[in-house]
Amino acid sequence: MTEGGLALESFPRLAPGVRLKFDETRQQWIVLAPERVLVPDETALEVLQRCDGATRLDALIDDLARSYDADRGEITTDVQELLNGLIEKRLLTI
Amino acid sequence: MNATPETLAPMAALLELTHRCPLQCPYCSNPVELDRAKDELSTAEWCAVLDQAAALGIVQVHFSGGEPTVRRDLVDLTAHARAVGLYTNLITSGVAIDRARFAALVAAGLDHVQLSFQDVDVETAERIGNHKGAQAKKLAFAVWVREEGLPLTINAVVNRHNVRRVDALIEMAVALGAGRVEIAHVQYYGWALRNIGALMPTLADLEEATRRVEAARERLRGRIVIDYVVPDYYARMPKACMGGWGRRFLNVTPSGHVLPCHAAETIPDMAFESVRDRSLAEIWRSSEAFQRFRGIDWMPELCRSCDQREIDWGGCRCQALALTGSAAETDPACGKSPRHAALRALAEAASAAAAPPFHYRRMGLRSEDDGMKSPALQTS
Repeated sequence: MTEGGLALESFPRLAPGVRLKFDETRQQWIVLAPERVLVPDETALEVLQRCDGATRLDALIDDLARSYDADRGEITTDVQELLNGLIEKRLLTI
Repeated sequence: MNATPETLAPMAALLELTHRCPLQCPYCSNPVELDRAKDELSTAEWCAVLDQAAALGIVQVHFSGGEPTVRRDLVDLTAHARAVGLYTNLITSGVAIDRARFAALVAAGLDHVQLSFQDVDVETAERIGNHKGAQAKKLAFAVWVREEGLPLTINAVVNRHNVRRVDALIEMAVALGAGRVEIAHVQYYGWALRNIGALMPTLADLEEATRRVEAARERLRGRIVIDYVVPDYYARMPKACMGGWGRRFLNVTPSGHVLPCHAAETIPDMAFESVRDRSLAEIWRSSEAFQRFRGIDWMPELCRSCDQREIDWGGCRCQALALTGSAAETDPACGKSPRHAALRALAEAASAAAAPPFHYRRMGLRSEDDGMKSPALQTS
C-alpha cells in the first residue's frame, strides 16, 4: 500500500512549531516555521489544509480527487511527492 | 520589483528585550554601547510594540537580547504576542531560566527555541562566553525544550577556536534532537570587529569547514536542516544583508529605538527614532534611517549598474562603514569593490597571527577604553 515511500495509512500533520495562517496584510495563506515563512501554491495549500493529523492519507487523496474531479492515481503520486518534500524540510510529520 | 505598500510591509522583527546577559561572547551582535536596564521599555510598552508589529504585517517575532529570559515579563510578552497572532521565537543562551519558568513560556504559546552553543569543547565554550558552568546548563535546557515538544534550533557561531569542530557541533545538535542547526561564521562588526584577530579563521580552515558542512547536509538529509553562513571576508559576493535595507525586517532595541538591522547604530550620522515618540508604522515607512538605504536609488554607480543590485541589495551597510568609513559605499565583501583585495588581505593577516586575548562584551566599555580601532581599508 505504499508508493513514493509514504504510507497511505499515515496521518500527516504540520510539524511542531509550524502553523498555517491567513496573512491579512498580504491577503494570502502563509506557512510559519522556525526562521522561515513560506507561501504555499494553490495545490500545496489544498493539501496542507487537509493535513490535520486526523485524516488518513488515502482519505485525504480521495477528498482531493473528488474536489478536483481528477485522476486518483495521478493525485496520489503528486501528493506523496509533495508531502515527502515537506517532511524532508521538517514542515510536516506523520 | 518596485516597493509597493504590500511588499514594503516587514515580515519579521527582532526584539532585543534587554542588553543584560550572563555571557560575554566577544562576537556579540549587540552594539558596543549597551543600553542600561533603567532605559529598557516597560511591559506595557513592549505589548504596544507587539500590537503595532502585528498591525503592520509582521508575522514572526524573535525575542532576543542580551539574554531575553532575564526579563521578568517574558511569559506575559510571549502570551501577548501569540494573542495578536505572531509566531514567537526565543533566542537564548539557556543559562538563565529554570524548568518551571520554561514550562510557563511553553504554556504561553512559545513556538520555537534557538539555543546558542559556543563550542562542543566545554573549556573553549566557557572561555568564549566567559561563564563557568554554562555548558551543563545549556545541555539541560535543550532536553527541556524537547521534553516540552517544542522544535529546537542550535545556533553555533564559528571562529578560529572551534572551526575544526563543525562536525562535532552538528552531531551534538542531532543528539539533542534539534530539527535545525545554524553554523554561522562570525560577522565582523561591533564587538567582533574589535576581536577580529582573536576570531578570524584561516582560509584553509574555513574551506575545510565548508566541505564538512556540505558533506553533513547530504549525510543527514531528512534528519536535520543545516543552515550555513560563510564569513563575508572570504566571500566573492556580498550577502543580501537583512534581505535589503528596510524591506523585510526591523529591529527594536531595549530602549525602543527602531533599526533596519541590529548593527545599524554603528552608523554615526544616522538618527534612530523610538517607539516612545512615534508608531512603528510611521518609523518603518518614513523615518530617515529606514529611507536612506532603501531600494536602489542610494547606490553608488558600481552597485546601481550591477545586475545583482536587487539580489544582494548592495550588501551590508554597516560593513561598508566599518571598512571604508562610509556606509554608502559598495560593501567590500563584493568582488567588484576596489577594496575587496584589501579585505581579503586583512582577513588573512588577522588569521595568520597568534590569537590575541578576547575583548569581552561588557557594559560600560566605551570605544576609547581599550585603544582598539576598527581597521580601515585603502583602495588598492
